[in-house]
Amino acid sequence: MAGPVLEMRSIVKTFPGVKALSDVTLTVRQGEVHAICGENGAGKSTLMKVLSGVHPHGTYEGEILFDGEVCEFKDIRASEAHGIVIIHQELALVPFLSLAENIFLGNEHATRGLINWNDTLKHASELLRRVGLSDHPETRVADIGVGKQQLVEIAKALSKKVKLLILDEPTAALNDEDSGKLLDLILELKKQGITSIIISHKLNEIRTVADSVTIIRDGQSIETLDVKAAETTEDRIISGMVGRDLDHRFPERTAYEGEVDAAPALEIRDWTVHHPIDQQRKVVDDVSIHVRRGEIVGIAGLMGAGRTELAMSVFGRAYGRHADGTVLKDGKEIRTKTVAEAVKHGIAYVTEDRKHYGLNLIDTINRNISLSALGKVSKRGIVDEHEERKVAEGFRKSMNIKAPTVFEPVGKLSGGNQQKVVLSKWIFAGPEVLILDEPTRGIDVGAKYEIYTVIDQLAAQGKAVVFISSELPELLGMCDRIYTMAAGRLTGEFPRAEATQEVLMRQMTKDKEVTR
Amino acid sequence: MSTDVTAKSPAPAPPGKSGTAGGGLLQLMLDGLRRNMRQYGMLIALGLIVALFAVWTDGDLLLPRNVSNLVLQNSYVLILAIGMMLVIIAGHIDLSVGSLTAFVGAFAAVLTVQHSVSWPVAVVLCLAIGAVAGSVQGFFIAYLGIPSFIVTLAGMLVFRGLTEILLEGQTLGPFPDGLQKIGNGFLPEAGPETNYHNITLLLGLALLVFVILQEVRDRKRQQEFSLDVLPRNIFLLKLVSIGSAVLVVTLLLASYKGAPIILLILGALVVGYGYVMRNAVFGRHIYAIGGNLPAAKLSGVKDKKVTFLVFLNMGVLAALAGLAIAARLNAASPKAGLNYELEAIASAFIGGASMSGGVGTVLGAIIGGLVLGVLNNGMNLLSVGSDWQQVIKGLALLAAVGFDVWNKRKSGS
Repeated sequence: MAGPVLEMRSIVKTFPGVKALSDVTLTVRQGEVHAICGENGAGKSTLMKVLSGVHPHGTYEGEILFDGEVCEFKDIRASEAHGIVIIHQELALVPFLSLAENIFLGNEHATRGLINWNDTLKHASELLRRVGLSDHPETRVADIGVGKQQLVEIAKALSKKVKLLILDEPTAALNDEDSGKLLDLILELKKQGITSIIISHKLNEIRTVADSVTIIRDGQSIETLDVKAAETTEDRIISGMVGRDLDHRFPERTAYEGEVDAAPALEIRDWTVHHPIDQQRKVVDDVSIHVRRGEIVGIAGLMGAGRTELAMSVFGRAYGRHADGTVLKDGKEIRTKTVAEAVKHGIAYVTEDRKHYGLNLIDTINRNISLSALGKVSKRGIVDEHEERKVAEGFRKSMNIKAPTVFEPVGKLSGGNQQKVVLSKWIFAGPEVLILDEPTRGIDVGAKYEIYTVIDQLAAQGKAVVFISSELPELLGMCDRIYTMAAGRLTGEFPRAEATQEVLMRQMTKDKEVTR
Repeated sequence: MSTDVTAKSPAPAPPGKSGTAGGGLLQLMLDGLRRNMRQYGMLIALGLIVALFAVWTDGDLLLPRNVSNLVLQNSYVLILAIGMMLVIIAGHIDLSVGSLTAFVGAFAAVLTVQHSVSWPVAVVLCLAIGAVAGSVQGFFIAYLGIPSFIVTLAGMLVFRGLTEILLEGQTLGPFPDGLQKIGNGFLPEAGPETNYHNITLLLGLALLVFVILQEVRDRKRQQEFSLDVLPRNIFLLKLVSIGSAVLVVTLLLASYKGAPIILLILGALVVGYGYVMRNAVFGRHIYAIGGNLPAAKLSGVKDKKVTFLVFLNMGVLAALAGLAIAARLNAASPKAGLNYELEAIASAFIGGASMSGGVGTVLGAIIGGLVLGVLNNGMNLLSVGSDWQQVIKGLALLAAVGFDVWNKRKSGS
């Protein structure tokens, strides 16, 4: 194997009051794909920010060797000049500029300040072809999907003569198909001699694409494993990340034995929703589902399958146009035209996008928890702050929200703890039906287990739970019954005993024409 | 990221804070200061500005007559700043309030001077027309989704124009006595001859007792719920500083003509709106829609209704400010209230509001308004020209918000 291209030695990075990295050593060999994994807050992103010069030289301790020379990057431009390019989790593209303009942003093909368009477009299409895109370089970024946008980011990196490509959770927002394309591209680039560092939560992804993996825990590098070696199993990596053996990734669930004769807690019949802009398109097409008290029902589907759209349109018409169909609670038809009505009927929807739709990040834990049910802690329109604080303290303890007080702004918490706040908020509202949309997205393994436990308890208390997820193992581990959706239609329904990953995936990828 | 570290210590108090009462006192105060840098920072800045001008003007700034004047001069901007704070917290802006104050003043003049409507009726009608103006703008913003910047920019032009139409370009006055009192009047005097204004003294003492009782009750309540409370000595220090501030202002006002009526109105507004923003469900909803609109919607907050009401409220407060200005000048002028919207907006931002919404307090708006007011008044006493006054006020705004940004970056995010 080739020698090291990058060595980061004993990196220490402190923020006021927090030691984000206490001692990290990372060695990446020339031409390999090197994965970095660790729980949220372990310091992965901070480490990459140190490497790429976002945290300039002098703000950290330790040394960085790239291509055999000591590097002291003072900003991101300096690291890019050496061929180190980082692609952040949140894409940094300007939506209303064209692909070509985005690719050469900050690096324009220009003479004396005037852009040379022919040159720009020619080079842009070459770069787009290299990443497997056939779109015209004058297309606006806003008009292509997230998966393609990620590829445009890589094209942008290639334009900078990249030697070391850093991808921070590149597939977090992508569906399986786009993820697959992206991973193939990384392997393709590897053949061309480009070294990659990939930060990822998805262990199967690491298994497919990476050569070695470095595990970081609590700001320290724990170990580097050879991914191709037989003993490097997913469980082996997980135990390295959490520092303990994880025998059970899911809490023990007793199978659901509810009264099948009773009317379901929530039933949705013949539900159809049109796209908010393209009104001809049916995003949800004639879907009927139900969930009983004490039951956890999964909805499996890839991105764009209409799962979230189904949930949000039922929950107060928060998505789409011309939603049509009936919603029944305990056998009686109910109106859920506004969120307030849905909440009043005991329905709660925990969003997949907690930062945008779930939390007020600048506000405190206690105020976030009470928001959907302020009536419970107030009299005649006046909030009883003491009562509110007591409620929040209760949730902080029972949900194990890691924060010194409930007056901490939610934005300062890690993803897992934020998710616990969102869950607390809706549990406090006292719903009978909970719709959980990707409740464990982007959070670490330990916090996932805690959230599974909470979901299990909710079902045990007789709540009806709808569990939307694209991670099949967690659906299989948690649900009593699983629906599959594809392209807005319901494509299957499986009891726990009959469901396997293969069976579900087949229904999730079913094409519209076939089901017709 | 940081939360994992602290969570390991079992004690609820963060580490390093567990110092004993004697030596830990300073430490505790510093901690508290650091955590509420924005609010205390501005309060300290206000104190510094007052102290500086007091020295520069050889104490003229703090003469009873001048303090009284300061209140009278700034009350309307402060009234506007309260409403503006709500608008900005909700994530909007209102550019129309300056014009609206002029319009309401003109309306009042037409009613009372030209049509001899009795003044209480005129006041009610004026507040009503403010409510109508605010709700029309609120309707466009909340229910039709037109950006508030555009709607109120239009409002600014429309109301200024309507003012000139109503007044036909002339200044209209004088107002009946009762109306003048709103802008210029003082509390009536009663009781034996002392060197002080008796009623004002009594009122000040009543306020003092009320504030202290309130604080003590609050603390007791917190202990009942077994929540953390301020340590005893800090609590006493807080009481003493609040108490002395109330006393000093009371004595200053009482040794001149007494408390201006507009100050009482303003005081009631501050207490009322402060309470609503802190404790009422409505206030909470304003913070929620400003902080994260989609999340608030999905939590069942009726965002449109809240936005509508915030603008309606702004209209009523602008009407009140308009009455106060007209009453103080004893005339309605087409140029009244010029740039007041900008002073109100500046007050809110100096007082800790955020461009993106969701942040700010009513008290902050008042502190911000007072910073500008004291700067105005102090520079007038020093006969600084209005040219330099504007430069200095502009720099003060920049410095206050700059400090905020710097402070946020330092504390890390």
